[in-house]
Amino acid sequence: MEAIAKPLPRVTPELAPFFEAAKARKLVVQRCASCGRLRFPPRELCSHCWSRDAEWVPVSGRGEVFSFYWMHQIYHPGFAAEVPYPVVIVALEEGPHVLSNIVGCAREQLRIGLPVEVTFEDASDEVTLPKFRPRG
Amino acid sequence: MASLRAKTAIAGLGITEQGKVYGPSATGFAVEAIRLALEDAGLAGSDLDGLLVNPGMSWGESGAMASFAVQQAMGLRDLRLTAAMNLGGATAGAMIQQAVLAIDAGLASVVACVFSDAPLKPPKPKDAKGGGGSGSSGAYAFAGGLNAAYGAFGVNALYALLTQRHMHRFGTTHDQLGAIAVAERAWAQGNPQAQFAGTPLTIEQYHASRWVVEPFHLLDCCLVSNGGLAVIVTSAERARSLRQPPVYVLGMGQGHPGGDPLETLTSGAPVAAKTAFGMAGAALSDVTFCELYDCYTFTVLNTLEDYGFCAKGEGGPFVAGGRIAPGGALPVNTGGGQLSSFYMWGMTPIGEAVIQCRGQGGTRQVPRNDLGLVSGNGGVLSTHATLLLSPHAS
Repeated sequence: MEAIAKPLPRVTPELAPFFEAAKARKLVVQRCASCGRLRFPPRELCSHCWSRDAEWVPVSGRGEVFSFYWMHQIYHPGFAAEVPYPVVIVALEEGPHVLSNIVGCAREQLRIGLPVEVTFEDASDEVTLPKFRPRG
Repeated sequence: MASLRAKTAIAGLGITEQGKVYGPSATGFAVEAIRLALEDAGLAGSDLDGLLVNPGMSWGESGAMASFAVQQAMGLRDLRLTAAMNLGGATAGAMIQQAVLAIDAGLASVVACVFSDAPLKPPKPKDAKGGGGSGSSGAYAFAGGLNAAYGAFGVNALYALLTQRHMHRFGTTHDQLGAIAVAERAWAQGNPQAQFAGTPLTIEQYHASRWVVEPFHLLDCCLVSNGGLAVIVTSAERARSLRQPPVYVLGMGQGHPGGDPLETLTSGAPVAAKTAFGMAGAALSDVTFCELYDCYTFTVLNTLEDYGFCAKGEGGPFVAGGRIAPGGALPVNTGGGQLSSFYMWGMTPIGEAVIQCRGQGGTRQVPRNDLGLVSGNGGVLSTHATLLLSPHAS
């Protein structure tokens, strides 16, 4: 059977700076230009001060697993060969939570609180996806 | 402000066939449920002057004007109140609250509240081509989002994240989650309308059921159902003149916490409960049975904690040992819930509470039906509605 590609995210104007940074091996999140709070995923408004002004700022890429699951169901044929695969929520050291995958992590090793760091995976010429791997 | 306690009552209940029932559209199921509820109450369509509709997922964009669609389908004239409402699994409770407020304010006198959905399609003949697995990824509506690139799909997964946190923080186990699935399945054996009537469940079978999204087994997740469920709300006085014993609304409330439930593991129940118990002049210890929104086993456990039946984190030990099962100290989801009877969103618990308050539960009738606590939970612990229902007005 012919391999089916995983779904690629659309590079929307909202997400363009995120993908541009990822291509350069940098993880960025939004910072409210008014109150300075960090947020991810990108949103139109700051939920604290309701300002619409925001900028993208780099973060360390370090954090820990806040929660995770093993997906066993095939929602998209591009993932059929990988089930069960882990999806993680990483709490970055700077605060925001990021949904991603963990790579280079044995099944028994994955737990809440596991220290992780960002790594980058090229999904296409245009799209690089930040993922996480166990650290230290 | 005069209390709304026992000023209104649920006077009619209509439950269509549930589950893999093919033919009627979502609108068709809504009309059938309302027809059954009117018949149950001894009322006619011409008695209705209010219509509130919670459209399920299969309504799609037409759900925005669902109440008009149902009104036209039934040929109802000169209604004084309608709305399509949606706050997820809390909608059913919120519709009843809206009906109670409207009736008390004189805006309407007999209000039908209905949920319907028809997401299941008949199975294709064996030799039919097409379907999942062979198409291009372009056929998937969710492709294109950032989460999909990571293989993060569906609501099951969002609740799996919460459950994983709960297990981590409090040591909740699959045996404890499974105790909920087994208890509800046992209750379903007394409910002829349950999709799992006639199919008992052991804890071993629960553990053996396939993983959907770990930590969820298949049997941690609710059913998917075609069908409709409607109730008729009217004044307590009018309800007393109708065919069925009135089920009084003693208290009601809503709570919508905002923020990130993954951090708090707390639903809107504490906020909603304060309003509802205050109105009813009742305490948690007065509750004799619960009908709790159960999209997942975890939701039941977490909701019990949030109402204060046990402390946060102690839901696992609380449900273990049959406490919520038939014969247990606190009957919960006595018709089998959404896990084992049918998935009509927040209408599943409300319908069962009406049956119990009337004393019509047959072999599953709870020993004491004086005060039923009914919860609705929507989104990911995002919206919450509480109803306190009773056969007694005072």
